[in-house]
Amino acid sequence: MNENFTDYTTKYPKWDKSMKKTHKILVPDMLPWHFSIIEEVLKLDGFDIEILHNETRSVIDEGLKHVHNDTCYPCLCVVGQYIDALKNGNYDLSHTAVLITQTGGGCRASNYMPLIRKALKTEFPLVPVVSVNFSGLEKDSSLNISLKLFLKLAYSIFYGDSIMWCYNQTKPYEKIEGSADAARQKAVEYVVSKFRKGGYSKYKKITAEIVKIFAEVERVAVKKVKVGIVGEIYVKYSSLGNNNLEKFLLSENCEPVVPALIDFVLYCIINVVNDKKLYGRGGFSAFVYGLAYKLVHGMQKNVIKVFENDGSFAPPHDFEHLRTCADKVINQGVKMGEGWLIPAEMAALAETGVQNIVCAQPFGCLPNHIAGKGAVRALKDIYTDENIVAVDYDPSATKVNQENRIKLMLATARENNGRINN
Amino acid sequence: MSKYLGIDVGSTTVKAAVIDENNNIIYKSYVRHFSKVKETVLSELDNIKTKFGGEYAVSITGSAGLGLSQRSGVNFVQEVQAAFIAIRKFYPETDVAIELGGEDAKIIFVTGGTEQRMNGSCAGGTGAFIDQMATLLNISVQEMDEYALRAQKTYPIASRCGVFAKSDIQPLLNQGAKKEDISASIFQAVVDQTVSGLAQGRRIKGNVLFLGGPLHFLKALRKAFVSTLKLGGENALFPEDAPCFMAIGAALYSSAVQSESIDCIIEKISSVKESDEIITGKPLFESKEDYAAFVKRHRATDLKFADIASYSGDCYLGIDSGSTTTKLMLITPDCRILWSHYQSNNGQPLDIVISKLKQFYKDSGGRLKIRGAAVTGYGEDLIKSAIKADFGIVETVAHFKAALHFNPRVDFIIDIGGQDIKCFKIKNGSIDSIMLNEACSSGCGSFIQTFARAMGMEIDKFSEKGLYAKRPVELGSRCTVFMNSAVKQAQKEGATVEDISAGLSSSIVKNAIYKVIRASSADELGDNIVVQGGTFLNDAVLRSFEIETGKKVIRPGIAGLMGAFGAALYAKENIKGESTVLGADELDKFTYTSMSAMCRGCTSKCNVNFIKFGDGSKYFSGNKCERGAGQKPASDELDIYAYKQRRLIDSVEGLRRGDKKGRVGLPLQLGMYEQLPLWAGFFETLGFEVVLSEKSSRELYFKGQHTVASDTACYPAKLMHGHIESLLDEGVDFIFMPCESYNIDEHCSLNHYNCPVVAYYPELLKANNERLTQENFLMPYIDLNMKKSTVKTLFAALSKYKIKKRDISYALDEGFARLEAYHADVKSKADEILWKAEQLGKQIVVLAGRPYHLDNEINHGINKLLTSLGLAVLSEDGIYDKGDVVKVDVLNQWTYHARLYRAADFVSKRKNVNLVQLVSFGCGLDAITTDEVRAILEHNGKLYTQIKIDEINNLGVVKIRLRSMLAAIEESNK
Repeated sequence: MNENFTDYTTKYPKWDKSMKKTHKILVPDMLPWHFSIIEEVLKLDGFDIEILHNETRSVIDEGLKHVHNDTCYPCLCVVGQYIDALKNGNYDLSHTAVLITQTGGGCRASNYMPLIRKALKTEFPLVPVVSVNFSGLEKDSSLNISLKLFLKLAYSIFYGDSIMWCYNQTKPYEKIEGSADAARQKAVEYVVSKFRKGGYSKYKKITAEIVKIFAEVERVAVKKVKVGIVGEIYVKYSSLGNNNLEKFLLSENCEPVVPALIDFVLYCIINVVNDKKLYGRGGFSAFVYGLAYKLVHGMQKNVIKVFENDGSFAPPHDFEHLRTCADKVINQGVKMGEGWLIPAEMAALAETGVQNIVCAQPFGCLPNHIAGKGAVRALKDIYTDENIVAVDYDPSATKVNQENRIKLMLATARENNGRINN
Repeated sequence: MSKYLGIDVGSTTVKAAVIDENNNIIYKSYVRHFSKVKETVLSELDNIKTKFGGEYAVSITGSAGLGLSQRSGVNFVQEVQAAFIAIRKFYPETDVAIELGGEDAKIIFVTGGTEQRMNGSCAGGTGAFIDQMATLLNISVQEMDEYALRAQKTYPIASRCGVFAKSDIQPLLNQGAKKEDISASIFQAVVDQTVSGLAQGRRIKGNVLFLGGPLHFLKALRKAFVSTLKLGGENALFPEDAPCFMAIGAALYSSAVQSESIDCIIEKISSVKESDEIITGKPLFESKEDYAAFVKRHRATDLKFADIASYSGDCYLGIDSGSTTTKLMLITPDCRILWSHYQSNNGQPLDIVISKLKQFYKDSGGRLKIRGAAVTGYGEDLIKSAIKADFGIVETVAHFKAALHFNPRVDFIIDIGGQDIKCFKIKNGSIDSIMLNEACSSGCGSFIQTFARAMGMEIDKFSEKGLYAKRPVELGSRCTVFMNSAVKQAQKEGATVEDISAGLSSSIVKNAIYKVIRASSADELGDNIVVQGGTFLNDAVLRSFEIETGKKVIRPGIAGLMGAFGAALYAKENIKGESTVLGADELDKFTYTSMSAMCRGCTSKCNVNFIKFGDGSKYFSGNKCERGAGQKPASDELDIYAYKQRRLIDSVEGLRRGDKKGRVGLPLQLGMYEQLPLWAGFFETLGFEVVLSEKSSRELYFKGQHTVASDTACYPAKLMHGHIESLLDEGVDFIFMPCESYNIDEHCSLNHYNCPVVAYYPELLKANNERLTQENFLMPYIDLNMKKSTVKTLFAALSKYKIKKRDISYALDEGFARLEAYHADVKSKADEILWKAEQLGKQIVVLAGRPYHLDNEINHGINKLLTSLGLAVLSEDGIYDKGDVVKVDVLNQWTYHARLYRAADFVSKRKNVNLVQLVSFGCGLDAITTDEVRAILEHNGKLYTQIKIDEINNLGVVKIRLRSMLAAIEESNK
């Protein structure tokens, strides 16, 4: 950027690395599966972290009040959760910060940070917004993450994925009610103990143990309709964002299939490599990302091997398979938001026997026009029996409307099941 | 043996069907439930009990049936599945079934790959939409059907949601278009919405079964479907049982359900209790005393009256010809009310004004003399020319005038009318900023009215009920379609009419405060608030407003007549000499005839309505420019939009050499509006003939509408589908439309992305248009900042033509040269306009948006409107580099947006330049830019004006906005 400029920025409180010692950091409940582990990891590292679990209507109301009407739903939920918590949570407002992740892509989600600052400005002028990003954004407000901590976070994602993956294959079939949840608790405690006592990096061993914990849960052998959940990252994973979609599917006697978060991480990494391939951008950093990709993907393959060797559960997707799937429907150049990952997951799900899919997206999500709704037809050309319903999430879209739509998809699913099985 | 019972609980009706052991339908019924779902179902069950008694296997279906089923334990079947079962049984030859219900529309493809589609959450086009339109026309749905059958023509009307359609219909009504034609247009809109919005690329053919209430009862709607789908008589199936079809399906489904006695079923349904799931607020008033005190406080601001029966002397007339109502008022020179009138205009505002004036002249018995008259509102032009009023003023000015009368220190005015919400902040005695509701968030007065009727009540009674509601429901604060389903949910959960009424009032207020004004706290509104508009006469709304803002506000007793009052005040203060308004004798002789015709002055093909008055004078409406009124258009010399339109097309120079490599089609929309010179230069240098897509128009949009995958995308994107069709029809060798994550870096932002839609729309086009193939649609991924890789990629993409890499590289340079020349020309034209406008002392407006807002189908000719108002028009790309590079709070990472910020910076530092931002509906990125552009302008004391545009073509609203802006500028220059 040019050196001569007019500055229209307003002052905001910054995150100073020393605040680690003095401030409590509030984190929105974006990824319930993973944050239960990450919360502990960050605490062990000396951060005073608190994951917000407030999910009342006032969360949405605060969001509506403080965020532009046309801004996407996830931003509204996140802002609402902060403000509701700051108002009612008895925090020391001069020693509290809030945290948000940034990917820095061409989607407006990269703008959550300034939007959150704007929302907090009048009522909470001393609360800094801390960014977690790996794109060099917000240099004066980024969380201090050492390489070691970074690796711990990466491991946490793998472990969170494995627990989610096993749980979803156990819960619908558990013989004794509550046994899957008990296993989940046990698995989380086990993982956290590894971070506490050491040995957290032995991921193959830990994954095997997670699988074992769930495999021990007694399951009944019935066939249930499997429903994949894909879409925008926030509404895909956050129960606040998607009105408890997983629970709803369970109550409808289905098995929810939620693809792993690590795939999104790999997607972000490979996009830098793709930029180099497509446009010759990036140079050295593309090279570094290439290495990182090899490393993380290597780990993913090992995790898959653990699942395959054990045999109790269907293994998670291989990211290279997702890329192959993507190439059938869309170019990997579509990299804003969740971009090509969405059709890739829909295709991969179809290829692994999950024909029924909820594509969750915030109302009016721009990248989803193209990669979500826009790709459905191309997918159906290849996977004729794929049964996709796109569901919009929005502060005013009612649960009854969303559920009715999903029920329609399920009716078709059962219809198809009957037809295909006969 | 037991019988099978199916109950279909929809959003407005309950349907029941009983099938006996031999599969005969022995009972069916269809009744409106007026949101008393449980009671209606029970009374149906009672009927069945008395008629047949016995045992039943029962299933419930329908959108409002889910809750009932869950809480009673009665089996549930999804309604589309129910339809499926019934189709298989009774109409096995069906290929496609179309069902329109109260609030949803569905298509079921039965053969050739079963598929079921339901309308998106933002799609009207349903029974509720038809009801809403009938209310607007002030006729019953049945009458609307009869009218439509006599129609001669149809007008384009948006039916994506009721709010949009209203903005299309209102001007038609005000212009005096025939009810017959409007009715037919409404049905046609429903058909278009269903066929294009739902089918999304899949053709509806074969035997089509039509289901649901509206399609059963409305002949005109049937007719429109049959003719649009080009169905032969034998292919269009309209079953006798259409309204109860889902109930029959549910009954059939019940064969898999355990049967039980009817008493047992009744017992189960009766035991259903309210759940705690709905969110409720505090009552509006704790006690009757509270309410009485509230009423007394507001009474204090009522105006004084003068008795028309005894008064003699001068008076002033003000008329507010609003979108749904007409208001007239006469005041004495000391501002007492002599006479006033408020009436729903029933689509005939002119007739009402004439008849009321006649009556007034008669009643006044010659003792009164109208010294001056002013007209304001939607119908301003028409009424003014008909009765020869002295002034026509902008609504905002009229309202401000009126508010001043009640509180000279007023600093905030909010007006909620039937159709719109207007708010203005007042600073230093003039209007400082204006906020109007955008087409999407207008949950205004007429919404409550429609709702009251749906509940079978008059509006007064309905709102009164809300005053003492114990637990007002929380209904959210967005557009009416959403509110409809929120109400549906609340009803499902057992909320009372009282609670819903109070909830609606508070929704409307929240909508106004947080969505239109977008205040983050009530303090932003100011200390001296005047509220007005008919909607505020509703005490529940007024109370909600005071609760929400925590302030005591002034609501004049004439809140609904403030526009008319302001107009009368204006006439009183500004009249010089004799008034020209028609006298009693002239009025008696007054006649008019109305006609409509298509203007052929240019390609816009405006539908011009023209009214001829008895004295021979004429009035035109519906025309975008002066041509439609038979006059010469304003010069476009100072209009950079007109210049750019020509200059852009001129960048296609044509082939100089004879040998032609092929014909390449460039779709002139989205990114191509910026990069056309580049690609025209590139391809022409290589020896390709460049073929441009057809000029944008509504017809072109319809041409491609069936391939639109997401109906909430922006209009430019949706239009692109038509451009692609036109190029395919043109038979070009291939269409070229690159995918560009990155735009050209103009070095004034942190990154230089395109928006996701501009960047990747080719992917969506390819996936949804079956005519596009690898061969005829080239969409390479390129980054124009990286020449080497771009050359490589283009080389590969054009490999079929065996072009040398060196030539590609050269052609790309030629293309860039053309693009630079284009930019340079636009900038020097901008300089020229700036200079000339300054010489002429003209105000300049920078009409700022995206490059593709240059398209007249997208901007609806707003540039022409501006020139006709005597303004010079610039665009953001002509002047942005005169502004400083700016640092803003948000992440400045999109090329086109960075231009907007710099343009705003430039404008904010020039006295005679103002900025109007064009925003496409559905543009998520502009949710971010608009606040920043506003902040930059307001930081430097400038007015910010935003215009949201979509496929709707309603310049009336835009005109009000622009004129308000001009009035405010003028006021501040004084």
